[in-house]
Amino acid sequence: MASGAETQTTVIEEIEPFEAAEEIRGGDVVLVDTREPHEYQEAHLENGRLVPPGLLGDEIVTAAPDKSARTIIYCRSGNRSAIAAAQLQALGYDNVASMAGGILAWQEQGLPVIAASGMTAEQRDRYSRHTLLPEVGVDGQVKLLNAKVLLLGAGGLGAPTALYLAAAGVGTIGLVDDDVVDASNLQRQVIHNTERIGMPKTESARIFIEALNPDVKVVEHNGRLDAGNILDVIGDYDIVVDGADNFPTRYLLNNASVRLRKPVVSASILGFDGQISTFAPFEGPCYRCLYPTPPPAELAPSCSANGVLGVMAGTMGTLQANEVIKLVLGAGEPLIGRLLLYDALGTRFTELKVRRDPDCPICGENAPEIPESEMGQFPDYDLFCAGAGGDR
Amino acid sequence: MATVRIPPVLRPKTGGQSEVEAAGADVGEVLRALTAAHPDTSEQLFDAEGALNRYVNVYLNDEDVRVLGGLETAVKEGDTVVILPAMAGG
Repeated sequence: MASGAETQTTVIEEIEPFEAAEEIRGGDVVLVDTREPHEYQEAHLENGRLVPPGLLGDEIVTAAPDKSARTIIYCRSGNRSAIAAAQLQALGYDNVASMAGGILAWQEQGLPVIAASGMTAEQRDRYSRHTLLPEVGVDGQVKLLNAKVLLLGAGGLGAPTALYLAAAGVGTIGLVDDDVVDASNLQRQVIHNTERIGMPKTESARIFIEALNPDVKVVEHNGRLDAGNILDVIGDYDIVVDGADNFPTRYLLNNASVRLRKPVVSASILGFDGQISTFAPFEGPCYRCLYPTPPPAELAPSCSANGVLGVMAGTMGTLQANEVIKLVLGAGEPLIGRLLLYDALGTRFTELKVRRDPDCPICGENAPEIPESEMGQFPDYDLFCAGAGGDR
Repeated sequence: MATVRIPPVLRPKTGGQSEVEAAGADVGEVLRALTAAHPDTSEQLFDAEGALNRYVNVYLNDEDVRVLGGLETAVKEGDTVVILPAMAGG
C-alpha cells in the first residue's frame, strides 16, 4: 500500500488501525501523535507521544530518538500523519508507518482511546500543576478523577488525607466515622472547625471538601465498620486508607481487604512517632504478616491516654495521600513491603523491610479458602478480638 | 557493641533513653543484656519461657529477625537492633 504527499513521489507505508493495534500489543513500537495539543487532550491513543506538525522537525528526535525503531504515526484522519511519515523518512527514519484513517478510524474500529473529554476547561485549569508533570499528565488526572477511595476514620489521619485527596481531584471519597466533632479534635483534625463542634465528622468533612473541590463526590458512612457490613462497604472502592484508632478494626479491615483484594494504605500515630506502609494483597505482605498478634493494652496506649503531637497527623496523613495517589497513577514506588517510621522529635525517617509471611493465616499459601456462604463471617477475627487490645 | 533502639512506649523502663548500647554475639544476647541493665523491660520483651513475645517485632538493621535466625541471628559491631511495637492510633 502506498500513498504520497502531493509534491513528491515519496512512498510511505500505511497500515490499518487494527494492524497498528496488533503491532503495539507486540511491544517495541514508538507511537507518535501528530496533531495539536487540544486535540491530544480531547482523546489520544495510549502511549502516543505528541509532536505537532509545526514542531516535527525540532521535536521528533526527542520523542523518537531511535531512527531505526518501528515508528507508527497517527493524526485525526490520516492526512497529516502521511505527510509526517514522508518527512521522517527524509530525516533518516527507516521503519515508519502512517495509520490510515487516523484516530477517527481507530475509534470506528472499536479500539480504545484515552479520553480526557471528561475534563472541562475549569478542570484543566484547576489541575494544571498536576497535568504539567510527566508522571501525571492528563491521563493521570483522569485516573484520579475516576478513582474511588475509602477513608476509615475522618479524624487525625483521615482529615489531612481527605484534604489532599480532594485537592488532587480524587473523584469519589468515602468517609467512615461514627464520631462527632469535639474541641479536642481541632488540635490536629484540620478538616473540622470550631463552628462545626457537635456535627458528625463525616458531614463536617464533606462540607470542607465540597467547598475545596466541587469535582469530588463525598460518600458518608456515618457508623462503624463491623464484620456484618465491611465487605459491602469496601467493595465499592478501589483503595482503602486505614486511619482507624483501634486494633480490632485494623485487623478486620485486613481480613476483608485481602479477601476482596483491595490495597490498603495504613498509618498510625502516637506521641511523636508515626508508622506507614501500603498493603497490596498477595503482592506484598498484609497487616497480619507484619503484626501477627496485637500487643497488650499497656504497650499500645491510645492518643487520648498518651497524647499525640497534632502535626503528626498531618505528616502521616499526607504521606498516606501520597501513597494513594501513586497507586492510582501507577507512578513511583509505593511502600509495599516497606514500613516507614517517622520520629518527629529527631525529624528522622527509618525504613524497615516487611516480608510476606508464608504461614500467614490471612494471605499465606495455606490460608483457608473462604466459601461464598461464609464471606461475611470472620470467626478468627472474633476470637482474636476477645484478647486484643482496643482503644478509643 | 550494638545499638538497641527503644520505642517510646518502653522508654520509661530505660530511664527515658531512646537508644541503649548492648553487647552480644546474637540478637538474643543483646536483648538479654538490655534486660539485665533495665530489668523492667524484660516482661514486655520475653515470655515465661524466655522466647520473644509474639507481639514484639525485632529488627536487625532493617530486617525482621523472624526471617533471619530469630534470637540466634548473629550481630556485628555497629549493628542496630530495633524494637517495634504495633501502634493503632489514628
